[in-house]
Amino acid sequence: MSVTDRLLGDRQRLAYIASQAADSRLNVELETEGMTLNIGPQHPATHGTLRIIARLDGEQVVWAEPSCGYMHRGYEKLAEVRTYPQVTTLVNRIDWLGSFANEVPFILAAEKLMDVEAPARAQHIRTILFELSRIANVSLFLGDLGVQMGAITPVFFAFRDREYVLNLIEGATGGRFHPNFDRIGGLKDDLPKGWIAETKAVMKKLRTFCDQIEELLFGNEIFQSRTRGIGVIPRDVALSFGLSGANLRASGVDWDLRRDHPLPMAWNKADWKVWTHPDGDSFARCWVRLQETREATKIVDQLLDTIPSGPIMAKVPKIIKVPEGEAWVSTENPLGEMGYYVVSRGELGPFRVKIRSASFNNISITPWLLRGVYVPDIVTILASLYFILGDIDR
Amino acid sequence: MSSSTGTQLRITSAEDVKNALGDRLVESFQKDDLWLRVRTDAWKSSMRTLRETLGFQYFCFLSAIDWMPSPFGRGEDDPTEPAPERDTTIRPGYAGGATRMQVFARVSHPITHVSVFIKVDVPDYSPALESIHDVYAGANWHERETHEMFGITFTGHPDLRNMYLPIDFEGHPLRKDYPLLSRMIKPWPGIVDVEPLPGGATDEGGDES
Repeated sequence: MSVTDRLLGDRQRLAYIASQAADSRLNVELETEGMTLNIGPQHPATHGTLRIIARLDGEQVVWAEPSCGYMHRGYEKLAEVRTYPQVTTLVNRIDWLGSFANEVPFILAAEKLMDVEAPARAQHIRTILFELSRIANVSLFLGDLGVQMGAITPVFFAFRDREYVLNLIEGATGGRFHPNFDRIGGLKDDLPKGWIAETKAVMKKLRTFCDQIEELLFGNEIFQSRTRGIGVIPRDVALSFGLSGANLRASGVDWDLRRDHPLPMAWNKADWKVWTHPDGDSFARCWVRLQETREATKIVDQLLDTIPSGPIMAKVPKIIKVPEGEAWVSTENPLGEMGYYVVSRGELGPFRVKIRSASFNNISITPWLLRGVYVPDIVTILASLYFILGDIDR
Repeated sequence: MSSSTGTQLRITSAEDVKNALGDRLVESFQKDDLWLRVRTDAWKSSMRTLRETLGFQYFCFLSAIDWMPSPFGRGEDDPTEPAPERDTTIRPGYAGGATRMQVFARVSHPITHVSVFIKVDVPDYSPALESIHDVYAGANWHERETHEMFGITFTGHPDLRNMYLPIDFEGHPLRKDYPLLSRMIKPWPGIVDVEPLPGGATDEGGDES
């Protein structure tokens, strides 16, 4: 008996029995006929081009399988022919809604191999930009969530307020979506004048946005009935599939890499809270993300007050050669655990880079999770798992 | 904190993990993480021990490394010139290795947050390994990806279809002897256009910037 079968909940077990019955066409009572439903590759719920093939028995999914690869760009191979500073340009495009957060773990891995640490000021600004990209990323999710369930209003709120954050990122880094701002040993530039005051004002707006979404969406009866008790992931299954980020915390696992894995970043300089939810359903996943957005605004606010003075670059050679070795660094990205396993051979570029992206694991649970759900719930479950295609296909 | 997978052992040191694996462990290496290399025939049972006895329930990733240096270099050569001779001696990484390709995985303990890397040698001539998809359910997709990218067969895997590449794709792109064709045809523009840095290419000293 496989581990997933052993851990099947009652609801899933019943659905599985129904699926078996449909498979052998024993379901004569209702006289339903099996049918294959193709969702995507172009579908608003897929944030890119994910295709889902679902076999249905009436309204119930018997078997579902996501088909990825429409966006595979082969970054692991490309990284092998690039130098270390060039790789950040590639990894920017993995999760394109929170690009800066993709650069950080790679840069930290290279710094770990070189035994270099960024100055305190650079660490602070890195953390602030990291959390800003989380806010930009997750606020889109919160708006988009409504659209999946037929509520149009939240998406306008989300796009309006996300724009403020993107403007801040653009102001500091020069790029709205792909900053490419992180350097081995520090940052490209210091913050522009007036940026801190502006950021504080925007953070206040974002907290209002979170309150509005909480009232508009999370308090909405239709939203609750569409998400509560739907797509339940038990704790052990979530761990076994390697779910991370808010998806894992929504299943009751109190684990946040920002708090639990010491990194040369400034998260431990702020006072904040890791939110978990015991339910593990779609609602819990959305709720945890909302709380995290609010928490991120608080982190940014506190760190803005305590930015230390000093340089933003450590002393690094002009031509970066990384000593031989292997290093792994993962951070808590907007989508979950994002990590790079960098193998160096003492050359200008990495020998091998394994990119562990969050969405790949998060979406690998869908064949298990979608078995037995009803057709309209496919979209809400996918929306609550929250993936980005660039993050699955790399 | 309770769990449905039996007793939870709180890991206090790397020794606990090594003792639990016993003679299945070939070599280990400790820096800021713990790397373990297990015997090829004990791959699945080691992973089972890690999950069920030691409580490493969180599956992070599984992938492979091809340790042979690329015979094509880094794509910096002028395509009109004959390719230079390159050293393709295989040097293994942390925790050693006896074969060209190695599969490695990372698992974590969700309560103590201790993580380990487990490496395993894959035979050169018939790269095959036991599938661990029924130990860690998340390994299913990672093994599919490793299969198409490295050509390593995972015996017992239910569905080793290609995940990213077309069905009729030939070759295994992440193997080092698979050329990156775009670099073969056209050299990297940065190589030919850029002026040498002040002090020449040997300027590696700490430059204040």
